Order: sequence, then structure tokens, then C-alpha cells
Amino acid sequence: MTSNVNIGLTNVGPETHPLTWRYTKAGKAVVEIKEYEAMEGYAALKKAVTMQPTDIQAQVKAANLRGRGGAGFPTGVKWSLIPMGADAGQKYLVCNADEMEPGTFKDRMLMEELPHQMVESMVLAAYAIGATKGYIFLRGEYVLAGERLNAAIDQAKAAGYIGENILGSGFNFELHVHLGAGRYICGEETALINCLEGRRANPRTKPPFPQQAGAWGRPTIVNNVETLMNVPAILLRGADWFKGLSQGKSTDSGTKMYGISGKAKITGLWELPIGTSCRELLYTLGGGMADGLGLMCWLPGGASTDFLMDEHLDLPMDFDTIAKAGSRMGTALITVIDDKQNILSVVRNLEQFFSRESCGWCTPCRDGLPWTVKLMESIEAGEGQEGDIETLHQLTRFLGPGKTFCAHAPGAMEPLQSALKFFPEEFKKGIVQKGIKA
Amino acid sequence: MLTANSSQTIATDRGAPFVLTASERESIEHAMHHYADPRAATIDALKIVQANHRWVPDGAITAIADVLGVSAADVEGVATFYNRIYRKPVGRHVIAVCDSTSCFLMGFDQLYGALQQKLAISPGQTTPDDRFTLLPIVCLGACDKAPVLMINDTTHFNVTAENIDSLLEQYK
Ligand SMILES: Cc1cc2nc3c(=O)[nH]c(=O)nc-3n(C[C@H](O)[C@H](O)[C@H](O)COP(=O)(O)O)c2cc1C
Ligand code: SF4
Ligand code: FES
Repeated sequence: MTSNVNIGLTNVGPETHPLTWRYTKAGKAVVEIKEYEAMEGYAALKKAVTMQPTDIQAQVKAANLRGRGGAGFPTGVKWSLIPMGADAGQKYLVCNADEMEPGTFKDRMLMEELPHQMVESMVLAAYAIGATKGYIFLRGEYVLAGERLNAAIDQAKAAGYIGENILGSGFNFELHVHLGAGRYICGEETALINCLEGRRANPRTKPPFPQQAGAWGRPTIVNNVETLMNVPAILLRGADWFKGLSQGKSTDSGTKMYGISGKAKITGLWELPIGTSCRELLYTLGGGMADGLGLMCWLPGGASTDFLMDEHLDLPMDFDTIAKAGSRMGTALITVIDDKQNILSVVRNLEQFFSRESCGWCTPCRDGLPWTVKLMESIEAGEGQEGDIETLHQLTRFLGPGKTFCAHAPGAMEPLQSALKFFPEEFKKGIVQKGIKA
Repeated sequence: MLTANSSQTIATDRGAPFVLTASERESIEHAMHHYADPRAATIDALKIVQANHRWVPDGAITAIADVLGVSAADVEGVATFYNRIYRKPVGRHVIAVCDSTSCFLMGFDQLYGALQQKLAISPGQTTPDDRFTLLPIVCLGACDKAPVLMINDTTHFNVTAENIDSLLEQYK
């Protein structure tokens, strides 16, 4: 079943919509290599192999492409940290296609509808960092994406875009789709590497960062699907063009896949200038709230982002602005929560997710998240004890940034801490007052 | 190191000794070639066995360890970490219902409740006729079409308590 993509957008083209124009123009998935080639497909790769890899890195840096996996780390900077030169040895490129952040469904669409764009992006990025082997780490549940990617890889091999001496450049590259077997934590890049190596997906210490010692101890770049799929257009049209795509809405560059799920009239995905506001997204493209409902709050980009309110609707949705507002842009697919919901139930559901998905490696997360769920359950049932709210506040600190082995637990604390901030009265209502149940 | 034959003498939970078929072994050996180290094919190997047996019996753990040249404890560690690998028997069809945020907002509770009632089982259980196993799962990446569930390898969108009857009928 095809997603709602770019509903209501006009004039979708290569100049304005580098990620999705082919899909929108074709009106369907672009799975055949001939169709893709007829729409500028593999043109960027042909250009790339005439360039120095470090020049491609420099161009991606100049374009200020920031990671679309949620953290917004500058991609060009990450690439520049990988050792280059003849003695650098085996290097790997890994695409993070493990999309499991609740509320996020962009990488699925990009891979299902535009598999060749994914493949071209991989070959191109691999050339830029000098990796001769690449993996697309795909969550096992994305069956259709897996089929289409494998078919695209076969076609690309037959066409000489993958394999030995690609396009006469002397560059060799092998690409394999690695299927996961579940668990949200596999999306954390060092856990992902452990999973790729056939181990339990516990994260690794950083440093060393994957750029220095990643898969099988070799220098490895891990990038998100959407991040990588921007690279061919940057190479074809240049860094300045990419910077201009935000149309002055943000100092960030490019477009972004924005999306809506939850209680909006229209749900789906849109490729928009980065810095588009939530109001424009939700009330213009999403048609506003579903009938009869008002907005209570929204998650800007997945379960691990702080709730935002009505007053934040006009902020440009970019990395720095949403961070300044006390949240994170995350994946930029918003989850819309209506005023008929019980915020305590919503938070409980979120914490159940994080608790179950904890990898169990470090104590604050392994013990703190089930505790958080227990407290939320009792407050939700109106059976919270005095001091429970203070304990929740304390947990947001004990499980906060820097206190745990990876960012899973701090992510789990984001919706909780913002709910405590915006809805203190709702929490108080769940506490037994002087022995009387609320 | 386990000997090459050890897997053949270990009884499975169902009483019969476990032996990898020639084609299972071949598929596992093929999967190993994609990686710098055979260990990386552990998940592939578990899935290859699971595709034939629906789940991964005890004997398969040792048999896989033998082929990959890793310890059975390591294979078991991997098998028990990932939620899509089953170390207990499951039914002919596994229903995995998304219980994450957007599906929760769009009626997961009602859907999950209706499924439990209709199948007369709790999450984690299998119907007595071996037809269905019911499990929760994290966000299936189709939140704009919530509620969402998977049956085996097929994702179903906009599933409601009202339309589960016709959906389940497709799985005998
Ligand atoms: C718990 C956790 C889960 C994550 N899941 C994903 C994911 O599913 N997909 C993804 O691209 N990044 C995920 N990330 C972020 C990755 O660790 C990493 O930052 C990202 O893949 C880097 O790619 P980018 O720079 O292109 O965004 C996750 C991080 C954490 C802490
Ligand atoms: S924070 Fe949680 S998920 Fe991350 S290493 Fe610790 S236990 Fe594992
Ligand atoms: S929350 Fe259910 S599919 Fe994403």
C-alpha cells in the first residue's frame, strides 16, 4: 500500500524536491533501472567517479547536509574523520535502515518507492569515503523494501554500477542488504554494528567512534537512509543550490521529509523546505485536526523527543530551533495528540515502549525504565503515592544525558520530562491525597 | 569447540534429534560469504532454521554453532536477544500488533483486546489449534495508516476491531 506522499504539493521537480521528485513525477514506485536512468538516475555517480573522493566530501560539507537519522550531525564532517589514502585499508559504509522510532515512516517510503536512488547513494557515498563494501542494515519487517533493494542491486550490478572497476574508475564496491531481527536498539549506530557482526545489539563505548573503529574493527561510516539519499542531488546541482532549498526558512540546508501521524485529518509524508513550521504542515497540508478534536500537544520527531505545545506551532522545524524550544527535531515526523487523550496514558505507553526496548546493558536504564512504567501506571490509575512525582523528576535526571551507556534512556526521558513540565496538574490528579483516591 | 556431529545427537524439545538439512546448511554457508567473519551470519542462520520449523529448537543452536565455528552460548545469546527469533514454538501464523505511540492513539487497545477475545488467548500465547500466536511489536513504520499489524511477513494497515474477522479468515 502506497503512502500519502506530497499530497497537495504542486510543481514537484528535481530543482525543489531532490528526494521524492521521481516518485511524484512517475506517480508510482521507480523500480526499473531504465526508468530511473531516464530521470537523471546514476548521473551523479557518473559525475562522482571523475572527481577526487575528498572533493566530494568537501562538497557535502559545504552543503551543510546534517544527519537525518535524528541527531543532525553534519555528514561532511563525519566523512572527513575517516582515514583516507592508500594505506587506510578496508573501510565500510553502513546505511542505517532500521527505522523503528515510533511515529516514523519515511525511510520505508524512500526505499520502497525509490530503491535505485538508495543504491546510487550508497555507491556514491562509498566512493567518497573509499569503502569497498557496503551494507544496508534493513529492519526485517520491511519485506517489500528488501525485495526492491535486492532487485535494484542486481540490476545495478548488471549495468556496471556495482562490482569491479565501476564505470572504468578503478573503484570496486560490493553492496549487501543485511536484515535485522527486531529490537529498536539496533538503530543506535554502535549497537547496529554489533548486530551486523552477529552479536547481541548492545551499544559500544565511544570513543572509539565508528569512523575510527567500527565494523570488524575497521573504519566505518553509518548514515541514515534519508541522509544518504540527498547526496546524489548535492553532487549534481551543487552545495549552494542545496543550501538555497530551505528558501530562507532556516539556516539548515536542503529539504526534509516531514510527516504526520496521529489525530490529524490527513496523515502522510511530505518533502518540504527544511524549516517549514508545524502549523503549515499540520493545518495546511494535514488539513488540521481530525473532526471534533483540538490539539493537546505534539511530538516533533518520534517517541524520544519532548512534547511541544500550541505555542510552538509557528517555529521553523529545524535542528537548532526545535532544540532551543526544549525538544529535538528528531526524525521530523510529527505525532499529533488530541485533547481527548489522557496524557498520563500516552506517557505510560511511551515509557512501556522504551522499557521493553532497553537492551539491559546499563543499570540506570535497565532498572529505571521499568520503575518509570510502574510509577506511571499507578498515577494513571489514580493510585500514585506522595513523592511519586518527585521520583519521576529524579528519574529524568538519573537517566538523563551522560548518565547511561547510550542515548536510549535519555531519549526515553524526553517525553516524560516535558509532560511533567506542561501537564503538572494531570500528574497531581493521579496522586492519592490523604488516603483518598483521585 | 563442539564436534561436527554433536548436533545430531542432541534431542530437540519435541523429542526428535535435530539435524540441519543439506539446503539449510548450504544457505547458511552462502550467507557467511557476505561478511568478514562467519559469526555475522548468525541471525541469517537462525532465520533459515526458523523459516522451516517456525521456531528455533534447542538442537538448532548447537548445529548452527558448529557450522559458524562459534560457541553455542553465543548463538543462544543472539537468538534470545532479538524479538523476531522465536525460541518457543509458535503457531502457523504469528500476529504482531504495533503497540507504539501512533497506533496507541488510533485505537491499539481496542484492536488488541478484540484479537485476544476472538482468539481466546493472551499476548505471547498460541491458540490450541496451533493456528495463531499473538505478540506485540514496536512501531512498524506505517504510522500514517494506524493501527497496523503484521501477520507473518505481510503488513496490514488501518486494521480495526471491526475488520479483524475477514482479515484472520485469510490465514488458515
Ligand atoms: C536508541 C537509538 C535508536 C536509534 N535508531 C535509529 C534509526 O532507527 N535510524 C537511524 O537512522 N538512526 C537511529 N539512531 C541514530 C544513530 O545512532 C545514528 O546517529 C545515525 O544513524 C547516524 O546517521 P545520520 O548522521 O545520517 O543521521 C538511533 C539512536 C539511538 C540512541
Ligand atoms: S541506556 Fe539502555 S539501551 Fe543504552 S546501553 Fe544502557 S541499557 Fe542499553
Ligand atoms: S506507531 Fe504503529 S506503525 Fe508506527
